[in-house]
Amino acid sequence: MESKSRRKKRLDRSIKVRTEGLYAVTSWAEMGYLFMPRAVLVLGLLLLPLVLDMYWQRVLCSAGIYALLAIGFDFLAECVGLVCLGGAFFIGAGGYIAGLLNEYFHWSPLITIPVATVLGAGISTLVLVPCLRLRGIYFAIVSFMFPLFAVFIIIALNVFGGTEGITALDTFPNVWVELYLILAAVIISLFALRRLVSEDMGIVLRGIMDNDQAVRASGINITAYKSKAVFIAALLGCFGGAYLSHLYGWLGISLFAMDFSILPIAACVMGGMGTLVGPVLGAFILTPMSEALRGFGQLRVVLYCLILIGFMVYKPEGIMNALQRKYHQFEVWEEV
Amino acid sequence: MDGEPLLQVTRLSKSFGGVQAVMNVNFQLAKGEILGVIGPNGSGKTTLVNLITGFVKPTTGTITFKGVDITGFSPHKIANMGLTRTFQVMRPYHSLSAYKNLIVPLNSPRVRKTAGGTLGDIDAVAIDILEEVGFERDARVPYKTAGSLPLGYLKRLELGRCIALRPEVIICDEVFSGLSMSEISSLIPLLERLRMEGITMIMIEHRLRELFRLTNRVVVLTFGQKIAEGTPEEVMSNQQVRDAYLGTETKK
Repeated sequence: MESKSRRKKRLDRSIKVRTEGLYAVTSWAEMGYLFMPRAVLVLGLLLLPLVLDMYWQRVLCSAGIYALLAIGFDFLAECVGLVCLGGAFFIGAGGYIAGLLNEYFHWSPLITIPVATVLGAGISTLVLVPCLRLRGIYFAIVSFMFPLFAVFIIIALNVFGGTEGITALDTFPNVWVELYLILAAVIISLFALRRLVSEDMGIVLRGIMDNDQAVRASGINITAYKSKAVFIAALLGCFGGAYLSHLYGWLGISLFAMDFSILPIAACVMGGMGTLVGPVLGAFILTPMSEALRGFGQLRVVLYCLILIGFMVYKPEGIMNALQRKYHQFEVWEEV
Repeated sequence: MDGEPLLQVTRLSKSFGGVQAVMNVNFQLAKGEILGVIGPNGSGKTTLVNLITGFVKPTTGTITFKGVDITGFSPHKIANMGLTRTFQVMRPYHSLSAYKNLIVPLNSPRVRKTAGGTLGDIDAVAIDILEEVGFERDARVPYKTAGSLPLGYLKRLELGRCIALRPEVIICDEVFSGLSMSEISSLIPLLERLRMEGITMIMIEHRLRELFRLTNRVVVLTFGQKIAEGTPEEVMSNQQVRDAYLGTETKK
């Protein structure tokens, strides 16, 4: 236990200080320091399917979908200040568009997935734009409503297969296409978004999160910027949805299930908010965990909650923030 | 004054429910001048700023800027025309470093258009502007997170954010409040230089002595109404102003 006269002090590792300005990178050690974490992540994700059996490969696919949603949630919450609980709407919009195009026009998944991604994101953005002036919890509540709204419309009008859904959609040719399509999507969106948040657009979005009035006084149309951010997050979710309906060859109202709105948040909390990579990690831990706990039956939810609560109490910063700190800083004891 | 005023406010009124925050206010702003707006607390000064910059829509009245009726325009549209403001409560983009705070206005359509693709390295431009408003270049201050800066720097950062927009008019909402005498003394030359560079300013102020060093025309508001306008001497000798605003302060 700590004694009273000493406390922990954290210092940046010298290699971190040297590599902060990239021009200063001179040695293999420094380049390795910068690129090792990225390489571990990418190679880890790409090699993971090779060591898994059929069942766990399927789990990996749905973990990938949750990872996409979690990246989108983290981006909106921590880089734009919009807590969006409409993840299920993104999945549903993408899934239904892809499925319907496949069912009625017999387009192949090669076309339906890109079309559904863009069209679905467009619809999601249009639906959310009127709510963009709401802040914090109010935006969260309204965005949470949209998936339910869509479900009731589909049931009430009995369109798009109603409560039964539509079955026998085209599926992917083989399991490797399934796996590497979603993994590639996760890796690409992760790096693209990390790039985006450090570019000018990301800075303006962060400005909107910190003080939207000052951004307006700086001549910037905040609604346009927020809409773009929502569109980007919706792209990820709608891709996930379109992929999901082709993965199982099926669409139905459970594409709008609450899981798609809630689980990504849990993944963000566990993985570390604001890091973008943390949520991916969280999704790839939580989804398999939820599968592994299936043996416990109803008790599963309780265990799941206990694990989450444990994280909130003992590691509220999340896995990724803790790892990053360990990687970039070291701790020394300091006399007080 | 040559011909048309740069900014003209005509019969401007705003009521919030039953409260008349601004009532029938008229004034003009000539190019290149610094106009002071003074008045006791709650006299509607900040509401006036919000009305002119589009953050609050007026109940009645018109605002004309460069000959265009801007009443009811959105704040970003007005800012893009070259009319911007500082905020009384300093809230920088606290998670960004100081110079990155300026990346936001540098991305506005106005700057993009006036620079015409010749802005160059946007980070360097931001650091230049910070130096202009008094950030030491060599110190690491521009790279510190804005949330950790002291108030004096925040005021300068706020001015920098306005300057980055290359505005024609800046409305300063109490830039002197909360600053020490020495900090104000170092801020005044900066404001004077901005005027020399052709920026017109409206200064909302409580610190009259410091304000009168900068301006020679003052508008006085009380309970949302304009009760006087003129040089500082004229205004100070006006009995109505003394009663409304300065009575307690001049009491010995």
